Amino acid sequence: MDSALRELYQEVILDHSRHPRHYGAMEQASHKAEGYNPLCGDRVTVYLQLDAEGRVADIKFEGKGCAISQASASMMVDMLNGRSHAEAEQLMQGFLHLVKGEDASGLSEDDRERLEVMGGISEFPMRVKCATLAWHTYKNAVEEGAT
Amino acid sequence: MTAPLLHNRTKIAASFDAEKARADFEILSRQVYDKPLVYLDSGASAQKPRVVLDTMRDFASSEYANVHRGVHFLSAAATDRYEAARRTLQKFLGAASEDEIVFTKGGTEAINLVAYSHLMPTIQPGDEIVLSVMEHHSNIVPWHFLRERHGAVLRWVDVRDDGSLDTEALDAAIGPKTRLVAITHMSNVLGTITPLKDIVARAHAKGVPVLADGCQGAVHEIVDVQGLDIDFYVITGHKLYGPTGIGALYAKKAHLKKMRPFQGGGEMIREVSRDRITYADPPARFEAGTPPIIESVGLACALDYLMALDRTAVAAHEHDLLAYARQQVGQFNWLRVIGDAPGKGAILSFEADGMHAHDLATILDREGVAVRAGHHCAQVLMERFGVASTSRASFALYNNRSDVDALIGGLSKAREILGHG
Repeated sequence: MDSALRELYQEVILDHSRHPRHYGAMEQASHKAEGYNPLCGDRVTVYLQLDAEGRVADIKFEGKGCAISQASASMMVDMLNGRSHAEAEQLMQGFLHLVKGEDASGLSEDDRERLEVMGGISEFPMRVKCATLAWHTYKNAVEEGAT
Repeated sequence: MTAPLLHNRTKIAASFDAEKARADFEILSRQVYDKPLVYLDSGASAQKPRVVLDTMRDFASSEYANVHRGVHFLSAAATDRYEAARRTLQKFLGAASEDEIVFTKGGTEAINLVAYSHLMPTIQPGDEIVLSVMEHHSNIVPWHFLRERHGAVLRWVDVRDDGSLDTEALDAAIGPKTRLVAITHMSNVLGTITPLKDIVARAHAKGVPVLADGCQGAVHEIVDVQGLDIDFYVITGHKLYGPTGIGALYAKKAHLKKMRPFQGGGEMIREVSRDRITYADPPARFEAGTPPIIESVGLACALDYLMALDRTAVAAHEHDLLAYARQQVGQFNWLRVIGDAPGKGAILSFEADGMHAHDLATILDREGVAVRAGHHCAQVLMERFGVASTSRASFALYNNRSDVDALIGGLSKAREILGHG
């Protein structure tokens, strides 16, 4: 059995894709953005409630697409809750390094442990965009998605 | 359209030896991820036989120069080859004259050429273009341009649930304001073959010309543009076992004569002065700039390769693979085939419960099996069938039953890895 495939589609990822956390629309979102990957049709909408300091007070997502894109979105919302934008940016950069197989030492030990399951994507360069879609959508929501 | 060819040609084979043909395609003997390559994405682009690659290299290294320009030896030799390629296309499509063949950089450019040069000069707000929901974006977007910029109206013709074209609905959609019927010869997603002869007869009865997108159709069907009496027929080289960067538009001479120039540049003019310009006659009028010369030689070689085969036997071989694949996937109750039109061509699109097409394609890829996953540049059709994407296996003359078996094995493995959704 192909170990790279096993790592890519490990149980944690399949579980997130089948049972996404914080899934659904948010009516009172202060920020939102829709991400779309025209290549494969993956869609992710990120809803945010930012507090006065710009900290993520609440975050949800909706989406449709491959297991990688949806699992990544689910893990992202799980991890971004409560973070400031600067902290989120740092996490995002670390994540981008991780999925590209680059040095992700900017991540805290705890974050790295949680995100490690996505590391298998670095073996599948054609799928990196699936994994990063939600994160780019989050960034877009914060920077340009004030409702 | 499966009518016999009207033009004569020598058949070197009375039937078709797929394994022998397979050996002509060197890339098929390579491995990916230590597994034998199983190439089921010829609908996106076909592999090239050795003779095409060799011919292009030989031409470039012995006879190459720009065409129609110089008086020198090589320019004359290259011009001969380029114009000979045009005659090969004429033969391949059954056109009355080589002057009815315009070289383009591909199928997309050929359709844009018709939109820009044939329709745009005279289109009025409210004029209609009839097209089917199974068109590739290349046969949709140029007409959208006419809608956006000139107020044209797109009249969509549905397909039935099995993917076949509703010809009666198409007939009903053609009205007094219809300026063109733009229809695929073979759907790149469903494999549906459209009854072009019937469509052309119905459209012509109402005085409406027809454009067929033959990018898939010409690969699998024998085309006879005169027999079809079709106005415009579009092909692309790279799906016909030829090179990228070249395609062609067949258009009736009467249309070409009236069409305004497309791109401006060298080659397409007669005389240019400071305040006046006259244009070359078709087809040169529509071939501005240095054309894809080496590619034209490669495409002609690919078409000669195809025409030397018994194409009816090739089609039978491809249909056998499709039927076998269709039967094999029938064992998976978690898989839904999209497109089961009678007489369809060798394309199998499907979606699987709880498995996104891209996850499936990634797992198949690791088994060496190359399939296409996504919307296949046919988002209108995806919407019609209520799916975001499908996986597609497309079969070519060089595929065999082992390829199908590898696909089936890969599907089982995907189910095992991705579970039950």
